[in-house]
Amino acid sequence: MSSVLPLSGIAVAASLLSGGIALFSARLGRTAAVLSFSLLGVAAIAALVAGSAVLVTGATLSYELPLGLPWLPWRVRIDALSGFFLVLIGAVLMAVVAYGPGYVRQFEHGHNSFAVLGGFSGLFVTGMLLVIVADDAFFFMVAWELMSVSSYFLVAFQHENPANRRAAFLYLLMAHVGGLCILLSYGILAGFGGGFAFDLLRTAQVDANWATAAFVLALLGFGMKAGLVPLHVWLPEAHPVAASHISALMSGVMLKIAVYGFVRFTFDLVAEVQWSWGVAVLAVGSFSALLGVLYALMEHDLKRLLAYHSVENIGIIFIGLGLALIFLGTGHRLLGIIALVAALYHTINHALFKSLLFLGAGAILHTCHERDIQQMGGLLRRMPWTGLFFLVGCISISALPPFNGFVSEWLTFQAALQGFVLDSGVLRSLLPVAAAMLALTGALAVACFVKVFGVVFLGQARSRQVRHAREVSFGMRAGQAWLAILCLLLGVFPTVMVTLMDAIPRQLLGAGLSQATAHGWLWLTPVSAATASYAAPLVLLAVAVAWWLAAMLLRRGGIRQCDPWDCGFSPPDPRMQYTATAFAQPIRRVFGLLFHIDERVETEAGIARHRLRVDDRSWGLFYEPIVRLVQGCARQVARLQSGNARAYLGWSLGTLLVLLWIVS
Amino acid sequence: MDSVLSPAAWLLAGIQALLFTLAAPLLSGWVKKVKSRLQNRRGPPLLQPYQNLWKLFGKEALVAHTASPVFRAAPYIVFSSTWLAASVIPLIATKLPTAAVADVIVLVGFLALGRFFLALAGMDVGTAFGGMGSSRETLIAALAEPAMLMAIFTLTMTAHTTNLSSVVDHTLESSYSLRPSFLFALGAMLLVAVAETGRIPVDNPATHLELTMVHEAMILEYSGRHLALMEWAAQLKLMIYGVLIANVFFPWGIATELNLGSLAIGLAAITSKLAVLGIALAVSETVLAKMRLFRVPEYLNLALLLALLGIFSHVILEVGA
Repeated sequence: MSSVLPLSGIAVAASLLSGGIALFSARLGRTAAVLSFSLLGVAAIAALVAGSAVLVTGATLSYELPLGLPWLPWRVRIDALSGFFLVLIGAVLMAVVAYGPGYVRQFEHGHNSFAVLGGFSGLFVTGMLLVIVADDAFFFMVAWELMSVSSYFLVAFQHENPANRRAAFLYLLMAHVGGLCILLSYGILAGFGGGFAFDLLRTAQVDANWATAAFVLALLGFGMKAGLVPLHVWLPEAHPVAASHISALMSGVMLKIAVYGFVRFTFDLVAEVQWSWGVAVLAVGSFSALLGVLYALMEHDLKRLLAYHSVENIGIIFIGLGLALIFLGTGHRLLGIIALVAALYHTINHALFKSLLFLGAGAILHTCHERDIQQMGGLLRRMPWTGLFFLVGCISISALPPFNGFVSEWLTFQAALQGFVLDSGVLRSLLPVAAAMLALTGALAVACFVKVFGVVFLGQARSRQVRHAREVSFGMRAGQAWLAILCLLLGVFPTVMVTLMDAIPRQLLGAGLSQATAHGWLWLTPVSAATASYAAPLVLLAVAVAWWLAAMLLRRGGIRQCDPWDCGFSPPDPRMQYTATAFAQPIRRVFGLLFHIDERVETEAGIARHRLRVDDRSWGLFYEPIVRLVQGCARQVARLQSGNARAYLGWSLGTLLVLLWIVS
Repeated sequence: MDSVLSPAAWLLAGIQALLFTLAAPLLSGWVKKVKSRLQNRRGPPLLQPYQNLWKLFGKEALVAHTASPVFRAAPYIVFSSTWLAASVIPLIATKLPTAAVADVIVLVGFLALGRFFLALAGMDVGTAFGGMGSSRETLIAALAEPAMLMAIFTLTMTAHTTNLSSVVDHTLESSYSLRPSFLFALGAMLLVAVAETGRIPVDNPATHLELTMVHEAMILEYSGRHLALMEWAAQLKLMIYGVLIANVFFPWGIATELNLGSLAIGLAAITSKLAVLGIALAVSETVLAKMRLFRVPEYLNLALLLALLGIFSHVILEVGA
């Protein structure tokens, strides 16, 4: 147990050092990249071991660093919740470490040097680790800003493209507005608690209205980082333009750090939760889930599509958190714990499969230099391993049994179905609506990933470079394989994971989830055995046996290769295949109101071209008014700029006088 | 929990799953026969689906050059996941151990898994029709799945369990009263069943008219034993929805104890219930015309609305009262 703090220290130091070594890449060449990633690997293993040790023993460790302000030393504390997120960071980081060296080869030549990429990657990981272990608001904010700013440089890495610069600026802006909200919400708690240490915030006697204000600010701040609708607009811009292993870290891990912050704030720091907060979180989560998947369906840039799916999955996580808040706020602690565990389970699941999918997208980008899925096709034959791992990711994110995404959605449904215990009829009918939106989201996610896998990996290649794609290097495949195996394991052995997570609710809410695993490792019974049970290992066994039986019985009879039949028309060529746009067209038509669609046929020199542009409505609805307002104000202020030196002196004098009057 | 998991119960569950699979073509044959009679035709013999399957199993399978391994694996996955879905539904007796392994949400998950691979198989060869079928199938499924879950949730919330076997037991034990939630859920379930099994007015299993087919378009490239598995899975799916409606909404007659007498009654009960449902399906297919694709969302929205009304009337009227 005593080794946990040194281990987390090693994790932080190794990631910091990894960034430092990358700076010498000009002199060391490829060795710098290898060393840098090896150090990140050390950090990953240390984080994994430290996190699992805390989860298994259920201990809480704290330590005061010799850093910080004289009256406010930085404090570190690792409890089960931190341990859980340490495991999450470690698991994804392991994959990135295996994947990275192969991927960054393309940056060895040219002006995008590895020094910048590796340096800021190290800082980024350091920032995320420090956020997890911080035990006072001041340290938390410093680590949070370290994470935000270093990831800004990672987004702006390929800055010669103006779109990337714009995305990076938007990201920086929103990260800081979010950071401000978080700071203010801590400020409110600190005002009542008399200090910034988390211990003082926990014991603060906060007035109910002020607590709500702090909660709203925290939801805004952490929601902005997590990408809840309508605060998500930076996410589909920023995540795709970073290098793919960084996209995996940003989408897979950084968004989860925001979830961590929110869970830490609402379930740990705030003493009394109110059920009305849960309603707000549930509503925001449901809309994020549904809109995220719908926008993803309309998207044809593979990495942007995955980024929109992050919005969807964050929505699902917040549905779970909202349910937990509603149950806790109305005094049903056990059900609240189930919902919280469901949300956290989905958090780690999403980290795994989203990183897996981003690494797969990166492998395709690496070998085909293509992000537009309309140009792809038939890649399964060219890249069989990447295709297999990507398929695992698709099945997991579509919440299909027996993979991991299904388990967390199952748990969320189980929590939502217990809504009948609530006293208020309005709340009781709200929960089924959220469940219906979750069901619709899940079904649409299946549609979206049929589209993605079908268009990218099946059929025939739609462009030359895709036709000649090659499988990626062993390391890049190994990174994906690690995540794919974890996706399967978390799907098949949910009881092991739930047992591990038991310490989190025990520390935060004072009770565990022992009944969920009371019937042995085979049976997951969240409420009770009579209410619902799921035996994932048996399901996997049944799938395997059924498949084996069918395959054994039908072995006889040969298989003959021939041309596609296609109702007897001429043999299809790649251009006759269904495209992603065509695939999504029925859904675009059914949910047309939610999109901003610009569709027209332009005739130019006798050639008719069909143009289609489908956009997110939230930009026009929420952001353009703000942009217009800011620009209007700026125009008014610009009137001061007369160009006359005497007028400027007059303004300065006036300002000075007003200041003196205020101070006196 | 252990009482449900006795060896005898497992054996019975295995027999039920086998019976489910073997009886599925018969139900399709029955619907086809009744439909033909209603249209003043003699129709194929009742056992024709078995002969078709047998013939297809004996034939060589053709696979297009452009097909990937997914194409060849899909029939097995589609069939086995549909079969697993079938095995958790009480057919002639309740207290199924399989229903404890996988509850009703897992059942919907199994069906979704089968559909995922069915749709992928449609996209695999790279023909226009296959993609069209997959696109339409996923649209219909995306709208039908929430309605189905909500309809079933109405029942599971009443019974306070998502274990299908226990839901049936609960309905049998509680005193009979006609609840509004129940009726709404039944309406939604009937609409969803028609959509999900690809029957008129949503899809037409008998058509091979290029522009209207949905399910047939996805399996257009299949032949031989692959086609047989796909068709069998489709027949199994029809049976699944039939048994769900018959046994979850009208469970009377199903065996609750494991002795020969009650099992025989259970078998007779489910046979007659399915026969009646088959006639109802044949009649509705005869009197209705197929809808345009873009009318289908309205149809499924009605199903979702009914299901939500069902769940609302449960949580507001029945729980509060």
